[in-house]
Amino acid sequence: MFTKILIANRGEIACRVIRTARKLGVHTVAVYSDADARSLHVEMADEAVHIGPSPVGESYLRGDRIVAAALATGAQAIHPGYGFLSENPDFVDQVVTAGLIFIGPSAASIRAMGLKDAAKRLMEKAGVPVVPGYHGEAQEIVLLASKAREIGYPVLIKARAGGGGKGMRRVEHPDDFSEALSSARREAKAAFGDDRVLVEKYVDKPRHIEVQVFGDNFGDAVHLYERDCSAQRRHQKVIEEAPAPGMTPALRKAMTEAAVKAAKAINYSGAGTIEFIVDASQGLKADRFWFMEMNTRLQVEHPVTEMVTGTDLVEWQLRVASGEKLPKTQSEIALSGHAFEARLYAEDAAKGFLPATGTLHHLKFPGVAPEGAAMRIETGVRAGDAISPYYDPMIAKLVVHAGDRQAALEALRTALAQTEIAGSTVNTAFLAALAADPDFAAGDVDTGLIGRHQEALTAVAPPTGEIISAAVLAASGAGALPSSDDPWSSLAGYAHFHGVVRRMRLKFGDEQIQGKVSMRPDGRFQVALDAPYDSTNSHDLRAVPRLARWPGHITVFEGAAGYAFTVPDPLARSDEAAAASGSLRAPMPGLVKLVRVAKGDAVIKGQILLILEAMKMEHTIAAPHDGVIAEIAGEGAQVTDGTVLVRFVEEQSASNSATR
Amino acid sequence: MAVLQTQISPSSETFRANAERMRALVADIAEKAAAVERGGSDEARERHIGRGKLLPRERLAQLLDTGSPFLEIGQFAAWSMYGEEISSAGLIAGIGRVEGTEVMVVVNDATVKGGTYYPLTVKKHLRAQEIALQNNLPCVYLVDSGGANLPNQDEVFPDREHFGRIFYNQANMSAAGIPQIACVMGSCTAGGAYVPAMSDETIMVHNQATIFLGGPPLVKAATGEDVSAEELGGADVHTRLSGVADHYALDDEHALAICRRIIKNLNRNKAVSLNLQKAHPPLHPADELYGIVPTDLRQPYDAREVIARVVDGSEFDEFKQNYGTTLITGFAHLHGMPVGIIANNGVLFSESALKGAHFIELCCQRKIPLVFLQNITGFMVGRKYEAGGIAKDGAKLVMAVATARVPKVTVIIGGSFGAGNYGMCGRAYSPRFLWMWPNARISVMGGEQAATVLAMVKREGIERKGGEWSAEEEAKFKKPILMKYEHEGHPLYSSARLWDDGIIDPARTREVLALSLSAALNAEIEETRFGVFRM
Repeated sequence: MFTKILIANRGEIACRVIRTARKLGVHTVAVYSDADARSLHVEMADEAVHIGPSPVGESYLRGDRIVAAALATGAQAIHPGYGFLSENPDFVDQVVTAGLIFIGPSAASIRAMGLKDAAKRLMEKAGVPVVPGYHGEAQEIVLLASKAREIGYPVLIKARAGGGGKGMRRVEHPDDFSEALSSARREAKAAFGDDRVLVEKYVDKPRHIEVQVFGDNFGDAVHLYERDCSAQRRHQKVIEEAPAPGMTPALRKAMTEAAVKAAKAINYSGAGTIEFIVDASQGLKADRFWFMEMNTRLQVEHPVTEMVTGTDLVEWQLRVASGEKLPKTQSEIALSGHAFEARLYAEDAAKGFLPATGTLHHLKFPGVAPEGAAMRIETGVRAGDAISPYYDPMIAKLVVHAGDRQAALEALRTALAQTEIAGSTVNTAFLAALAADPDFAAGDVDTGLIGRHQEALTAVAPPTGEIISAAVLAASGAGALPSSDDPWSSLAGYAHFHGVVRRMRLKFGDEQIQGKVSMRPDGRFQVALDAPYDSTNSHDLRAVPRLARWPGHITVFEGAAGYAFTVPDPLARSDEAAAASGSLRAPMPGLVKLVRVAKGDAVIKGQILLILEAMKMEHTIAAPHDGVIAEIAGEGAQVTDGTVLVRFVEEQSASNSATR
Repeated sequence: MAVLQTQISPSSETFRANAERMRALVADIAEKAAAVERGGSDEARERHIGRGKLLPRERLAQLLDTGSPFLEIGQFAAWSMYGEEISSAGLIAGIGRVEGTEVMVVVNDATVKGGTYYPLTVKKHLRAQEIALQNNLPCVYLVDSGGANLPNQDEVFPDREHFGRIFYNQANMSAAGIPQIACVMGSCTAGGAYVPAMSDETIMVHNQATIFLGGPPLVKAATGEDVSAEELGGADVHTRLSGVADHYALDDEHALAICRRIIKNLNRNKAVSLNLQKAHPPLHPADELYGIVPTDLRQPYDAREVIARVVDGSEFDEFKQNYGTTLITGFAHLHGMPVGIIANNGVLFSESALKGAHFIELCCQRKIPLVFLQNITGFMVGRKYEAGGIAKDGAKLVMAVATARVPKVTVIIGGSFGAGNYGMCGRAYSPRFLWMWPNARISVMGGEQAATVLAMVKREGIERKGGEWSAEEEAKFKKPILMKYEHEGHPLYSSARLWDDGIIDPARTREVLALSLSAALNAEIEETRFGVFRM
């Protein structure tokens, strides 16, 4: 076994690898970019090396720097994680040339699987079923039509340069082929400037089922059963599971045998995944699955396999890479129970899954596994960490395992409902909706499921009066101070006859919310919301609501959903106040050296307005707030201290009217 | 500890009749409280809101911690006194918590006659300061006032307890380390300008607050200078140029947030020296107090029934239970705080007075706060009692009450007549707080006695001149006297003049006492030095 390895990755996978390495007594070296200087994987590793600025092209994709870091720290091997350089054969060459070990397959294996068409031909040769289709250069209509007949209808015409459904036609009947072909070509030409097409078998109800394989350096290879990753949106996996629902012994046998055959065909060493497309239109049949591609790395969703097989695939990777034999033989690998993995992302499901960024001010995962289940939280962030625009916005993977699919799914729902993330828009509610989808729950999945149900799955229920009033109450600071036996604490809300009523306002998105907070004689708080809510709710402060608060923000959690409110913070306006009554004055006598804006210009806070030279120093005068210039000093003017340099157009007491 | 048993039957006819009457009294006061809490007229309030200002009670709510108790004082000040309603004397005052610290808050209500100071406004402001001084409470003044009410200047300006005393108090409290914070949210003219100027820290609201000794018209008249109020004494001038104020706020909300931050930075710690226990509710429900108090003041009732509904666990350790039985004395806990309770259970005799004086000595020695439950017609009269030295024994009680330095809180739960008022820590004996139940009556003697005494004098006069006075005529003579005493003895009459700090709901006496005592504990309990007891 190695004594020290370098992990050429970040986030949850880096943390995941570090944990196993630590278990095996292997020292770890993390690498990090500027943005990750204080991130969890850096904190967890024994050593950390800075490899460049935040953009991946200048850090995590810089194989030269990573190899140099490994050499400098005395690491013997490099674990690539997934993504980044994990499937880059040139990087593998670099690593090997430097005399280090790449924890993964050989560059040759990666190259063999890297070119999709070549990989398919290779598999076909090895006897692994591939999707029937024609990928040839010849594009004559007669040839294409006869290929289509060979493949068998229905077929799919696809632009070779394609993507996003452009230039794609499904053809049910030979009579329609030529027309569909010409329209597909027109579209492909317009979209990609390339009208070449390929023809493939149209799979009616496609499922994405993949087989985990593992090979060693002694020519041995085993499989660790399948995973079902059919729950996808635009090729992005959402919830993965193992085993595949509805899997038959015959199909499993055929698929796993084919997968091991594929691995052996390229002398595969390490963890790999063979992805298949399965036609589920008539149930899972042993003759209706086809090879898609091989992923020559550890997959994001590997934990579900670990859960159902009781293995640690990272440990296997380290052992195999260090020259050991496979830890288990095929017959020793048993399948037990059912596991799900849900990927928590910073993204806005309701807005077409737009990636989100932000600081995770509140991050709380279920403290214990739901009853009867095992749980793993794979994450690379802590509360207070930021989701930056530089990297994949995944926050965590929630992995559960139970005796059967039903129990595991229930555990997943429970765990999602207990997950609280605030500070960024997250997909927890979408995951919970998918976990509750009747078709998904029945195991009736295919890759089109999410697309078909997208509207329902991403619908955001508006906050109820109760949720809003919980936010209003929290915003008012009720219960913010520690309570004590002092009557001034314990006799909350006392007044001789009518209590003090506090007006509150906050925002939910762009929506203004106003309400009044008062105490009831029974010691409960009452929140009365103004129109359009017009509801009155009472709250017992001892019943702690699920919420997160940090300056200016409150997020209330209801099930897996988080409702984010913003609260005006009057003290945040102190800078504005410091600038006082709409004018900027010279801090000392001097010369106006440079004027950057003119009367009537709209400026934003922080914008440089002019430069004043005084006492041989240049003083920059910047806008203390957004506004419009009403008056500005002239360039070259000699001013005394207190002279008005800039005057803003006074807004019509906008701040005053906002307080009501 | 001894647990008080109740002799009350909530199902009895008397109980129900009593309860019905008391509920009606409480409802009446609550309704009147709602009226004064509205402040000025609808038009005045609309005008105030139109200027972008928060209403005074909204300002108060924004200043206090959400959920903080508010122990309001002088809610009915000036009630029915100036011909038109000057709600709460145009000034809201009371104790509340800000950032966990108990503070005295004084809020001008500009919707009531522009927040100008009537005689009772001054008296109330001074009373609030007195409470702050006695109990070591930081003061927050939310200023929005036109200054002295000019038509009443003779009763507002010149005397010792008039306008000038406000600033005298600020200076002396500041000297005593009691923070003085002013938040100027409206006008603050002439003498009023000294409220912020005399404060430790001052906030001003842009476009609303002005501070100047003479306003623009006065300046124009005096020097011919044309100047706007904002230019003359606005927030910008005072925070940037003059230094009269320290913090510039954009609006009310911002100003109150700054004010809360100032309190947060005061670095105060409430060091309570009492041996506190865990609080327990009384065994008997508080609203039974409604049915316990007889409708007729002359009808006695056992004060233990009240104590049983006020103190922790209804536990009360009596002192000298068998001696001077018309005065009940004993130790209890109130929300965990040890207290000595002195309650009337009939007319005061020499023994009762001696017992009371002895008990006060114990409490002062042990530094235990005192609670007086006052329901007293007076000291016993008659040859036997005068000869027995009741005046000298009464004086001992008065001496003890007057010089006791432990916190004293008085609640008038029935009658408060004659010298009984003195012996039981009436207003003149500076209890930290004095509260009244709505059924209470206060006067030099009962209306009936007063009318009888006056009729007797009259009859003697008539008969000396050989005249005759029929019973009918006598009744006619007595009626206006009875009415006058009834009117002037009413809690609202008392509260209007600030003879007390407020009328409270009897069912919430425990809360009021707990808050009063706990507020009092902000000040260190001093050593007591009694004077010469006449033996």
